[in-house]
Amino acid sequence: MLFKLSIRNMRKSIKDYMIYFMTLVLGVAVFYVFNSLESQQAMLSISNDTREIVALITEMINYVSVFVSIILGFLIVYANNFLIKRRKKEFGVYMTLGMGKKNISVILLVETILIGLLSLVIGLIIGIFASQLTSIIVAKMFSADMSHYQFVYSSAATFKSILYFGIIYLIVMVFNMISIGRYQLIDLLQAHRKNESIKTKNLGICVLLFLVSVGMLAFAYYQVTQVFNGSQIELLGQMILVGCVGTFLLFYSLSGFILRVVQMNKGHYLKGLNCFVLRQMNATINTTVVSISIICLLQFFTICILSTAFAINETIKKDLRDLNPVDVSITSYVSMNEGIQGNESDVFDVLNKVDITSADFSEYTFANVYNANVYMKDSLAPIVDEIHDSFPYLQLDDAEETFMSVSDYNKIAKQFGNEQIELANNQYAAICDYDNMKNLRDKSLSKGTPITINGQSLVPKYDHCIYGFVVNSASHMNMGIIVVPDQFVMNMELRAMHFNADYAGDQEHTKLMEERFRTLEENGDLAYTVYSRIAMAENATGLTALFVFIGLYLGIIFLISGAAILALKQLSESSDNVERYKILRKIGTSERMINHSLFVQIGIFFAMPLSLACIHSIFGIQVANKLLALFNQNDMLAPIAITAIFIIMIYGSYFVITYLGSRSIIKEDSMV
Amino acid sequence: MEQVLQVNKIEKYYGNKGNLTKAINQISFSISKGEFVGIMGASGSGKTTLLNCISTIDRVSAGSIMINGKDITKMKKSQLIKFRREELGFIFQDFNLLDTLTAYENIALALTIQKVNASLIQNRVKEVAQRLGIEEILNKYPYQLSGGQKQRVASARAIISNPKLILADEPTGALDSKSARMLLESFEDLNRSLDATILMVTHDAFSASYAHRIIFIKDGEIFNELVRGNDSRKEFFDKIIEVVTLLGGELNDVI
Repeated sequence: MLFKLSIRNMRKSIKDYMIYFMTLVLGVAVFYVFNSLESQQAMLSISNDTREIVALITEMINYVSVFVSIILGFLIVYANNFLIKRRKKEFGVYMTLGMGKKNISVILLVETILIGLLSLVIGLIIGIFASQLTSIIVAKMFSADMSHYQFVYSSAATFKSILYFGIIYLIVMVFNMISIGRYQLIDLLQAHRKNESIKTKNLGICVLLFLVSVGMLAFAYYQVTQVFNGSQIELLGQMILVGCVGTFLLFYSLSGFILRVVQMNKGHYLKGLNCFVLRQMNATINTTVVSISIICLLQFFTICILSTAFAINETIKKDLRDLNPVDVSITSYVSMNEGIQGNESDVFDVLNKVDITSADFSEYTFANVYNANVYMKDSLAPIVDEIHDSFPYLQLDDAEETFMSVSDYNKIAKQFGNEQIELANNQYAAICDYDNMKNLRDKSLSKGTPITINGQSLVPKYDHCIYGFVVNSASHMNMGIIVVPDQFVMNMELRAMHFNADYAGDQEHTKLMEERFRTLEENGDLAYTVYSRIAMAENATGLTALFVFIGLYLGIIFLISGAAILALKQLSESSDNVERYKILRKIGTSERMINHSLFVQIGIFFAMPLSLACIHSIFGIQVANKLLALFNQNDMLAPIAITAIFIIMIYGSYFVITYLGSRSIIKEDSMV
Repeated sequence: MEQVLQVNKIEKYYGNKGNLTKAINQISFSISKGEFVGIMGASGSGKTTLLNCISTIDRVSAGSIMINGKDITKMKKSQLIKFRREELGFIFQDFNLLDTLTAYENIALALTIQKVNASLIQNRVKEVAQRLGIEEILNKYPYQLSGGQKQRVASARAIISNPKLILADEPTGALDSKSARMLLESFEDLNRSLDATILMVTHDAFSASYAHRIIFIKDGEIFNELVRGNDSRKEFFDKIIEVVTLLGGELNDVI
C-alpha cells in the first residue's frame, strides 16, 4: 500500500521531481565519465610511455571526486528538502488520517530508493555513452591514436558511482527522517498559508548602493588588469574580496535600481505586465541575494577554469610545435662533464654506447656556448637600479652571460628556421624568447649598452633582442644568449655544447631512437641532457590533460549545482506565486501574457548571475593569463566558445525545465 | 431601457446522467443599464455558480447569457478572456490585490493588460482614485492598507476600464460594518453619478439594502424578487428581512 502511494506520488509530482531527477542523472553521468577516464581508449594510447602521469591523473580525479561528491551531496539534500517542503500539506493529510510519522518516513524511503535506483541506472547509461564521446574529444585534444577504437566500459567507475551515490542517498534518507520527525501536524496543514507582508527596500538607497557596487567592480577590474602584473598575490586577494562584496551589493540593489529607472519611464512601466514582472523580480531577488551572488561567483570560476584549461592545452600544444623544431637536442655542460672539449666526438662517443651513430640522423648541428666574465650587471648596466626596484630577487651580479659565435648561431637558426644574423667586427646581438627578460634586455639594447670582451668593446647591432633559442624546450625560456663575431669566442671559457638533430628513417626507426635515448637517460649519465620532441610532448600532454580534466570536472559540477539551485529557487517562487497568477487571470489577463511574464522573469533570473559572471570573466581570464603566463591571447576564442557551448547546454536545459515546471505549477487549478 | 445583461433560462448541471445535480435550474432575469441589483441566497443556493457563469469563469449547461448584446455562452476561450478584460469589472470578497504592487499599480494593471497608453492610464487612475477617495494611499502596498481601503482599491480597479457590468462577489464579506457602509456608499455614488451597472452577490441584508432590486435564489431557482422603488433604505431593509425569514435556512443566522 505504502509502495503504491509512493509511486502514485512520484507520478503526480513528476514536474517537481524533474529538476531533482535531472540533477541526479547529470551528477551520476559526469561522475562516471571522469572516473572512467583511465580506462578510456584515448587515454590508453596517449599514455603509452607516461604511465606515471595517467596514475597521477587518476589519483587527482579520485581526490576531486570526493570533493565533488560532497558538493553533489549538499545539492541533493537541498533539492530533496525543497521537495519535502512542497509536500508538507500532503503529509499533513496523511497524519490527520492517522498515518504515523514512521509510515511517512517509509513512503519517503521508498521514493528515495526508487528515484535513486532510476537515476543511477539512467545516469550510468548516459555516462557510458558520454564517455565514448569524451574519448573522441580527448583523442582530438591530444592527437592520440584512435585507429583501434573499441567500446569502453569501466566496471570500476560503475562500482564507484554506485558506492558514492549510494552513500549520498543514505544521507538524504537520514535527512528526510529527521525533517519528518520535526514537523508538527499544525505546521504541515498550514504550510500553504503565506505571509502577506513583504519587505520593501528604499529605492533611493538601492540606486546609491548600485552605483557604489558598480564603482567597486570597476575599481577591482581596473586593478587586476592594469596594476596587477602577475606576482602581487596580496593585491589579487584584496581585489577578489572587493569583487565579491561588489557582486553581492550589485545583486542586492540591482532589482531596486532597475525598478526605479523603469518607473521613471512611465510608457514602459505601465505596459502590459511590466510593472508586475519588475515588482515580482524585486521581491524574488530580495530573498535570494546571497544564493544568486554565490552562484554568480561559481559561474565566474567555472568560466575561468574551463576556458583557461582549454587555453593552457592550446598554448602548450602550440609551444610544443614552435619550440621543438628538431627531433632531439642534447646539451652537455662542462660543469657536469669536465672532459668535454666542444668537439663532435664528445657527443658521439656517448651516443655510440647506446648504438647511435651519425648515420641515424638526417641532419645535425653542433654549437658551443661560452662564458667570458661578463655579467648581467654589465650587459644591463643602464637599468640595473630599475631592475633592483622591480625584481629584487634577480641577482644581476652573479648571473654570467653566455656567448655563442655568430656562425654557430646561424647554423642553429637555419636548422630551426629562425632569423639569421650578420655582425660587423665590433657588434653583438642578443637572442632571447623569454618575454620578461626580453623586455629588460630591449631597454638596455636600445640605449646602446656596450660590452667589453678581452678589452675590446662591442656595441649592439639591434636595439632589441632577436627572437630565437638553441635547443628544444617545453616553453619560452631562453633568458638570453649573446652572439658575437667568431674571433671573440676563441679565448672564452667553454660552458656547454648543444647538439641538435633530426632522425633519419621511418617511424619504426624513430621509436627505436626514442628507446635508445631513454636508455641513455636511465643509465644516469647526467652529463648529457636529452630533449626529445616526442618525450617532451608526452610529458606536456599528460600535465595538460590533468589540468583540463580537473578543470572540466569541477567546472561541469559547479555549473550543474548553480543551475539546479536557480531552478529550485524559481520553482519554489512559482508555487508561492500561484495566488498572484490566479488574481491576474481573474482580472482578465490572457494566458499568453502570463506565460510571457513568467518567461521573462525566469529568463532574467537565470541570465542575471550568468551575465555578471561573464563580465567578471572577461577580466578574470586576463588575470589567469598573467598568472599562468599564457601567450597568444587570440587563441582564447576557441576555448571560450567551447565553454559557452557547455554553459548554454546545461543552463539551457535547466531553464527550459524550470519554465515548463513553473508554467504547470501556476496553472495548477486554472479556470475553464 | 438598454439591457446590459439578459440571462435566459440557464441551467448548470454537475455530475453525470446517473447522478445529476442541478446547481442552477431555469433561471431568467435581466438587468438594465445603470441598475444596481443584488442577488441573495444561502450558501449552496447556487448564487456563486450563477455569478461564475455570468462572469465567464464557468460555462452554463443550457440557456444563454447576453451581455451588452453579445452571447457569452457561444464565445471561444480566447474571446472570453478578452471579453472579461474589456467588458466586465470584478470585485471579490478577499480583494484579490497583488501584494507585490502598490495600490496605484494594482489599479493601473487593469488598463495595462488592455495595452492602454501610459499617459491615459495616469489620468484615469487619478480620476478614479479621487472618486473613491483613495488618492492619499495610492503609493502604499496592500499590506499597509485597511480592509476597507483595500476593497476600495479593488473597486477602483474594477471600474477603471469603464466596464459594461461590475460584478461584486460578497464585497463586504471581509469588512467591518463601518468600512462596509463606506464601500456601499461609494457603490451608490458610482451607480448614480457614473451610471455604472452593478450586480452584487451577498448574503448580508444590510449590504443588499443598498441595491435597487434584489433577486433571491433558493435551490438553484429564483425564489422571489424585491424592487426598492421609492422606499427608503430602512423600509427596503425591513422588506428584505421579511423575505429572508421566509427563505429560512442559513440566511437567518447572518443578519
